[in-house]
Amino acid sequence: MAIEIEKPSSVRLSKVAISKTHGEDSPYFAGWKAYDENPYDEIHNQSGVIQMGLAENQVSFDLLEKYLEEHHEVSSWGKGAPGFRENALFQDYHGLKSFRQAMANFMEQIRGGKAKFDPDRIVLTAGATAANELLTFILADPGDALLVPTPYYPGFDRDLRWRTGVKIVPIHCNSSNNFQITPEALEAAYQSAESMDLKVRGILITNPSNPLGSTIQSSVLNDILDFAAHKNIHLVSDEIYSGSTFSPSEFVSIAEILRNRNYKDAERVHIVYSLSKDLGLPGFRVGTIYSYNDDVVTTARRMSSFTLISSQTQHLLACMLSNHEFTQNYIKTNRERLNKRYDMIIQGLKKAGIECLKGNAGLFCWMNLSPLLNEPTRQGELELWNIILNQVKLNISPGSSCHCSEPGWFRVCFANMSEQTLRVALQRIHKFMEQRKVCSVNQ
Amino acid sequence: MRLIVPLQSVVQGRGGLIFGSLIPCALFYFLQLYLKRHRSPKPQSNPPSPTTSSPKLAEMTRTSSRSNLFSRSIEQVRISSRAISIAKPNESPYYIGLDKASEDPYDRLSNPDGVIQLGLSENRLCFDLIEKWMSENLGHSITGRDNGELNINGIATYQPFDGTMELKLAMAGFMSHIMGGAVTFEPSQMVLTAGATPAIETLCFCLADQGNAFLVPTPYYPGFDRDVKFRTGVELIPVHCRSTDNFALSITALDQAFNQTRKHGTKIRGILLSNPANPVGNLLSREMLYAILDFAREKNIHVISDEIFAGSMYGNEEFVSMAEVLDSEDFDKNRVHIVYGLSKDLSLPGFRVGVIYSFNENVLAAARKLTRFSSVSAPTQRLLVSMLSDARFIEEYIKTNKRRLQNMHALFVAGLKGLNIRCADSSAGLYCWADMSKLISSYSEKGELELWDKLLNVGKINVTPGSACHCIEPGWFRCCFTTLAEEDIPVVLERIRKAVENTTDLLNSS
Repeated sequence: MAIEIEKPSSVRLSKVAISKTHGEDSPYFAGWKAYDENPYDEIHNQSGVIQMGLAENQVSFDLLEKYLEEHHEVSSWGKGAPGFRENALFQDYHGLKSFRQAMANFMEQIRGGKAKFDPDRIVLTAGATAANELLTFILADPGDALLVPTPYYPGFDRDLRWRTGVKIVPIHCNSSNNFQITPEALEAAYQSAESMDLKVRGILITNPSNPLGSTIQSSVLNDILDFAAHKNIHLVSDEIYSGSTFSPSEFVSIAEILRNRNYKDAERVHIVYSLSKDLGLPGFRVGTIYSYNDDVVTTARRMSSFTLISSQTQHLLACMLSNHEFTQNYIKTNRERLNKRYDMIIQGLKKAGIECLKGNAGLFCWMNLSPLLNEPTRQGELELWNIILNQVKLNISPGSSCHCSEPGWFRVCFANMSEQTLRVALQRIHKFMEQRKVCSVNQ
Repeated sequence: MRLIVPLQSVVQGRGGLIFGSLIPCALFYFLQLYLKRHRSPKPQSNPPSPTTSSPKLAEMTRTSSRSNLFSRSIEQVRISSRAISIAKPNESPYYIGLDKASEDPYDRLSNPDGVIQLGLSENRLCFDLIEKWMSENLGHSITGRDNGELNINGIATYQPFDGTMELKLAMAGFMSHIMGGAVTFEPSQMVLTAGATPAIETLCFCLADQGNAFLVPTPYYPGFDRDVKFRTGVELIPVHCRSTDNFALSITALDQAFNQTRKHGTKIRGILLSNPANPVGNLLSREMLYAILDFAREKNIHVISDEIFAGSMYGNEEFVSMAEVLDSEDFDKNRVHIVYGLSKDLSLPGFRVGVIYSFNENVLAAARKLTRFSSVSAPTQRLLVSMLSDARFIEEYIKTNKRRLQNMHALFVAGLKGLNIRCADSSAGLYCWADMSKLISSYSEKGELELWDKLLNVGKINVTPGSACHCIEPGWFRCCFTTLAEEDIPVVLERIRKAVENTTDLLNSS
């Protein structure tokens, strides 16, 4: 009888490790790969792919550089490095008090003083990505669901679901009312979850919205909070773009809504913030959770052990953000420059015959290319996206990767490049639209 | 079912015993059914423990539990089961002691009656060297200069989440140096994380599913209970080591634990080792490393080797990294993963710099993606590239650190010996593993915790009791000596002496 020789089995990995929930196979990320392989450069590679899929703010670096140049001591602990020792040893998950205080002040300034933040309710995390995941771990069990309005930031599929085992049930929004969230849509999403036997634990909104580039109205915020209270679920408000509104008066934070209703229902509300967008410092890895719920604050703090902010960075930013002259000027100037960029891209697109959703915040605009689709389907949208990526050489984000229910919408970032590069991008779009006009006339 | 027994005696007559138990059971069953159907559909969060809740929270919970059966009144918004267990006040002496020491910290001049911290393995012996380097080199090393222009662009924007290549190169060089140059580390096999804490957790997420387990030799670092178990749902199965052989790991014990666990239906996915060991401070010999790798191959499981104290050697033994052994023999490298960090060897725990070093491409691919949740901050990366690339500084630092560690270790252990407290043999770490079993009132965990409490509250010194490290023998304590200056040692010894004054053995030092 033949003896079977067993092949040594290769060592096993976890389900998390082999799962595709990281989502990096989607077009959102495929476009980045195309950019990485052939990146546009003003001088060295003028025919390369222009990255318009990355929501990074590069318009105000000079302000940061000027501050750091004038304040050496914040990045070096001064002569003889007093305070260095304590800083190097500081790994307390409460975070530096001075930094939390500075963050609370900064968040208040952004909201024009219309809301107050208690530094002891601030939990620090290494980026908003970690903050959103952490909150999901705390608010929901594996198999539970969070309701998220569409279109939403593609990263949520990974950040909210991957390691947590929590599901996302979309709240469908559409262009008929500028993609605003309605009570009917909320209820429909909730029912949809129930029909799939999923327990809904919370709603996660992004305000100002990514990818829409617009703020959520006061009345809608009230509706959402009422809905959450009625269903006894949580409300997470990701306000990462709150400092990137073009005009200070248009943004209403959930913190203001709570203040106006005397903090009724506050224990279900949690705000996520970060310095990656407003301050253009994604490399620093600075995120926060602000919760009105004591248990959530305690738990989040303990869990933040896995994602602490470098004490060196906390120290540097505590100094910088405590400088009111700097923050006041930065917030104002940043807004003006973003506004100018926004106007520039909107005008440019309009000239090319392209309409966008009316926006008032963020580092991107929500562009409507549905008239150009071969067929009004996801497939049609991806075909168009492919052409724009490979022929026009622009990496923009297709609405389908943001789970938009209507095909043909695209998110286009405008703040992660120089004005010159933006002009080049707009020229390319213009040329592309001209060519299409010629083609359709000849047909 | 407590109703059943008295009712049984009540029911008389034909088949009394049967009916006597059957009818009450049936009644009880239907009562449960009724209660279940009418319970409010949303589960309540556990009543908050007194120390953590605000009055508002406790009040709301009381209200809803009363009206539970009959209406959906004001309900407490729920947090997850994971969160509930994490929110409970921490009862481990490891954490209680740390808190107490930080609330009332000893200072030779300004607070001589404060609590002396011997429970935190922090190395304060060489800060003067680092401070000197900072003053001489920092200048513009944060913002950097690009062709003479100040440029924050390099560190402000999104970096690769698993760390910049510059830092990986610098870390690879440092790790190799620390380990005596016996092994080369490949930067492309490195994933950098915000500290060794997320490095361990990330590896657990990659190597095991919820409900699986890792074998871990005891006594072990109390933080593993959090790092491994908190969010992953992975269990830790202790493999007990004993003082009779200086807490050395044995393959027999590993094997027994493996089989025992398997019998209970739990799948073991790997072994979690600390080498140098924490809290004992001993090393795994080359032969033991071979044996562990053989065992892992036989059972087809992973090996995680946490080598965070590799650069904190004070003994004469040679440290052998798992990486060195893999280099020399034909082992299946895919199952080995090394964890490292700068919190101990370079005294920079606040900067959050950890390393996952793996030979498994699939693990690296997954870990790289997971580092988005715990990346090293860019300014810190830049600072460290500068520091770690300064070969002269690193050389001096490593040499001086070893010398000072040796010195403190010798003084401290001799001091304890003078109190008739002997320590386990150790060659590395920032602590010693002290046997105070003769000083405890009863040879049990209870006795040990009583002594711990006396040392903390009477002696005002915080040490880590062996039970917090899951040590199977009571009476052992981890004492970190690198937070002390030489002058503090006699103070510590005196306080220990005073705290255990009435215990006879201490005074009869033979």
